[in-house]
Amino acid sequence: MPPTKSNPLTFQELSLRLQTFWAERGCILQQPYDVEVGAGTMAPETFLRVLGPQPHKVAYVQPSRRPADGRYGENPNRLFKHMQLQVILKPPPENVQELYLESLGATGIDLRQHDIKFEEDNWESPTLGAWGIGWQVMLDGLEITQFTYFQQCGGVDLDPISAELTYGLERISSFLQDKDSIYDVVWARDPETNRITTYGDVRLADELQFSAYNFEVADADFLWRHFELYELECKRLIDGYEMAKRSPASEMVRTGLKGLVDATGKPIALKRYPLLAAYDLCLKCSHLFNILDARGAISVTERVAVIARVRALAVGIARAFVDQQRGESATEVEDEPVLPKKVKKRAEVEPTTA
Amino acid sequence: MPDFLLEIGCEEIPARMIDSASLELRERVHTLLDRERLVPAGALTYLDTPRRLAVLAASIPAAQPDVVEHVLGPSVSVAFKDGQPTPAAHAFARKAGVDVSHLQRTATPKGEYLSAKITKKGRSAAEILGESLPKEIASIYWPKNMYWRKPSERFVRPVRWLVAMLDAEVIPLEFDGVRAGNQSRGHRILADGSVSIPRGGAPYIEALERAKVLSRGQREKQIRKTLDAATRTIPGARWRDDKSLLDTVVNLTEWPSAILGGFDPEFLELPEEVLVTVMRDHQKYFAVEDSRGSLSPHFLAVLNTDGDPGGIIRHGHERVLRARFNDARFFWQTDQKHPLRERTAWLKNVTFQKDLGSYYDKVLRVQRVCSWLCEKIRQGGIAVRPGVVHKAALLAKTDLTTELVKEFTELQGIVGGLYARVQELDPDMKADAREAVAIAIYDHYKPASMEDSVPRTVEGAVLSITDKVDSIAGMFALGLQPTGSKDPFALRRQANGIVKTIAEHKLPISLSQLFKDAREAYRGSAAATAKLAPAVDYGSAVKHFLRERLEFYLGNTLGFRYDVVRAVLAADADDVVDAVARAQAVKGVLHMPEFQAIAAACKRMRNLLKQAKETGIEPAAKFQPLPDSADEERSLAAYVETYAPRVETHRQKKEYQEALFLLSTAREPVDAFFDKVMVMVDDERIRTNRLALLQALLKEFSTIADFSEVVTEGTESQESSKQ
Repeated sequence: MPPTKSNPLTFQELSLRLQTFWAERGCILQQPYDVEVGAGTMAPETFLRVLGPQPHKVAYVQPSRRPADGRYGENPNRLFKHMQLQVILKPPPENVQELYLESLGATGIDLRQHDIKFEEDNWESPTLGAWGIGWQVMLDGLEITQFTYFQQCGGVDLDPISAELTYGLERISSFLQDKDSIYDVVWARDPETNRITTYGDVRLADELQFSAYNFEVADADFLWRHFELYELECKRLIDGYEMAKRSPASEMVRTGLKGLVDATGKPIALKRYPLLAAYDLCLKCSHLFNILDARGAISVTERVAVIARVRALAVGIARAFVDQQRGESATEVEDEPVLPKKVKKRAEVEPTTA
Repeated sequence: MPDFLLEIGCEEIPARMIDSASLELRERVHTLLDRERLVPAGALTYLDTPRRLAVLAASIPAAQPDVVEHVLGPSVSVAFKDGQPTPAAHAFARKAGVDVSHLQRTATPKGEYLSAKITKKGRSAAEILGESLPKEIASIYWPKNMYWRKPSERFVRPVRWLVAMLDAEVIPLEFDGVRAGNQSRGHRILADGSVSIPRGGAPYIEALERAKVLSRGQREKQIRKTLDAATRTIPGARWRDDKSLLDTVVNLTEWPSAILGGFDPEFLELPEEVLVTVMRDHQKYFAVEDSRGSLSPHFLAVLNTDGDPGGIIRHGHERVLRARFNDARFFWQTDQKHPLRERTAWLKNVTFQKDLGSYYDKVLRVQRVCSWLCEKIRQGGIAVRPGVVHKAALLAKTDLTTELVKEFTELQGIVGGLYARVQELDPDMKADAREAVAIAIYDHYKPASMEDSVPRTVEGAVLSITDKVDSIAGMFALGLQPTGSKDPFALRRQANGIVKTIAEHKLPISLSQLFKDAREAYRGSAAATAKLAPAVDYGSAVKHFLRERLEFYLGNTLGFRYDVVRAVLAADADDVVDAVARAQAVKGVLHMPEFQAIAAACKRMRNLLKQAKETGIEPAAKFQPLPDSADEERSLAAYVETYAPRVETHRQKKEYQEALFLLSTAREPVDAFFDKVMVMVDDERIRTNRLALLQALLKEFSTIADFSEVVTEGTESQESSKQ
């Protein structure tokens, strides 16, 4: 017996419905982040925006790549790349659970005819130095959403807290359409010709080719070199953040910080300091690590150490980012920031980033 | 007297935390009411669901009773001079709130004093509760807390509403920005919006029931009833009762019901362990068995709603289970491409512990210790197949590299056993040996708890013991032993498992030797030597640790009295089987009046010897009959001489009961001795001679148990229980 109405949403309609729902409730609609990530959480719209005091409401679809989960398109439920619909509500409204349930209604799920449970499931990302408390939302025994109250991100205690809703679009879609295989899910239906495009039509090639690449083809030495280069550049930007603020920078520092300080040693303006670029580099490292891991090129002992390296980048960026935000909001209030005050503000950052 | 109600409304509390938090809240409210003299005349009851913790107290006083205190003031002689009140009298009167003329006089042993009755007005219950409850709510222990707003209280999940009432009146209180009222909420889906609570007691329960919320007891009953009803649709079938699963689903629902679903019988080709794990641990389904007890292709899911008339929910659950089973089947088939014997080398890449090397290193150590242990067990007269143990040890950890265990980690060991059963382990291995290897691997994580059974075979027992000993030895050598409540590697549980397995298989093993062997096996490994702490600490730390585990086993698991446990372990704590036998024997004679007397005498002997030692008096080397020896002294010495060898013979044969019966005859000469003979006399020759006699006697008594540890009537146990 099909679970819902006779005419369930296509994959793209589902994604649109949910985005419309959240847009109508005040969320900015962002586009998927254009650097490879393992989860919607890693997109800067989440990772960086949950830091600091500014309220933020955003929704976006994020293709999430997990090389080790690839199955050459043979497993009907597992994918190298899946689509998450990510919603961040900062701070979470009091009725956040009710809103979430309402959003399911918007996709055509009549909750009176189903069984819904919030089961304990806390989330942790060692690579991001992030964790949160929450549930997996179970619909008739199927996990459809991860619901998390972020507590810490990049090693920084969060204030305010953000609620993160991560919908598994493939799961919800195959549930709505009652398909046993993701690849049979209807992605789109041409309204004129009624011609159907399936998930398999759109995505199977990715699964085949990336599984082959991640498991068999990828050149581990080459990827390691990439990893190290990205890491190096990322570190330069993180370390440079503190150094560049110590104006004027010394001669040695100036060489290392090429581009971040001018010829006289004066640092570039705080708001132009490229921490966002540093974060992109960190994401590159994370993704390369995932490929190397899937490729079997990282031994178990090394694994812990490499995770720690990526986390060090994430944590460094998070700290600097919080500082940069403070600096910016301080300049908004006062045209000419008084130096002692600014120093004090920076000092305040330290204890929160134990 | 009003009825009290407190309901904490919360976003879904994790199922595993509800019972203990609910109990704690009840206890906190109970203590609070007690402390504040608001003891309810009626019962203290509760209601808890995933979304609420509620406590109800029937008929509590509306206010604390007034208290009349009798206070003493200054002495009359100070308070009155020439019949006139002094400033001291006036000051006291002011403090008491009465006129000087109303002060009373009270006679005390020290003379006559002024006194007054002060009435302290009791505060209202609403005031006290409003003030104290937020603190109590904030103090509830949660294994994991969270913020949802800062700065604010931490709680297990966001608190969204509070109901606090005395009869129909709301108690003014606030917890973390949420103000208490009389509005609760019903079932998320089946009830609409908020629920007005007219008052505590039955009306509260009824209002919630109308809003589709049931108490824990009702939910459990309802679940059992609907599980039974759903199962009845298949003739002869039964659902497998599972207490912990039932507790979980009870705490995941407010208005439960159960549905029966089915799966393709083809999946029954997969081992039952795998199917049941998927159903129970991953999907929280109950398994169904047919009249012969084999798994039937059905499952039962507990819903948090009132039914599934159209079969829509069942359809969803069946879909999910099908996908899960397909995955499991896929993993099973994939895993067979590389049999276990190929995977031993893969273990080089699996870390056991960062400073203790890989699982491959562990396997080599375990094999060595296993072969030493097999030899000892054989010498002790127990049949064991070292070849089987050796092979099982080699393969036991290989399932860590399988897809099935990566997916279902709780099946480690079991999967290895299942694979070993269907794979060729060695071209020359006979079928029965292969089966024995499979069983040993399958069981080697057992016992998972003190309630769990131990490995079925001796080979499994040896492997299980050695695997655990290796982990404990390694961690201790690194200085990572458990401290206080911290035991991150569950070493206590593992050691308890070792003790239980040795005891139940009656294995002749010296614990100290076993742990020495295990430590020895670490020698030579490069990673280990650099990090491991000196061996001296190891020996004493392990000894202390094992002694505690033995105490725990004898006391908590086997239920021996703690003084008996201490007495028995004081004599020896190295041989588990022997300690159990001695405890049994001591328990058997403890009720005899002779042993009550002997225990008392032993304490006396020990104290005398201790005193003597403290004052620098050494007993003579050996008791010698002296011309001026007392008769009682001689007959006690004669007793020791005659009986000691006979007791020793029984003891050697481990006939402890007989040995103790024989010792019981010592009561008469011992009593006579202590009645008539003074030990600490001035004559040094006689004194040291008598001490020598007592020392010999005490030694005789203490070989089976140190009777001076036994609590006799009239003496108090120093510690009534110990973890």
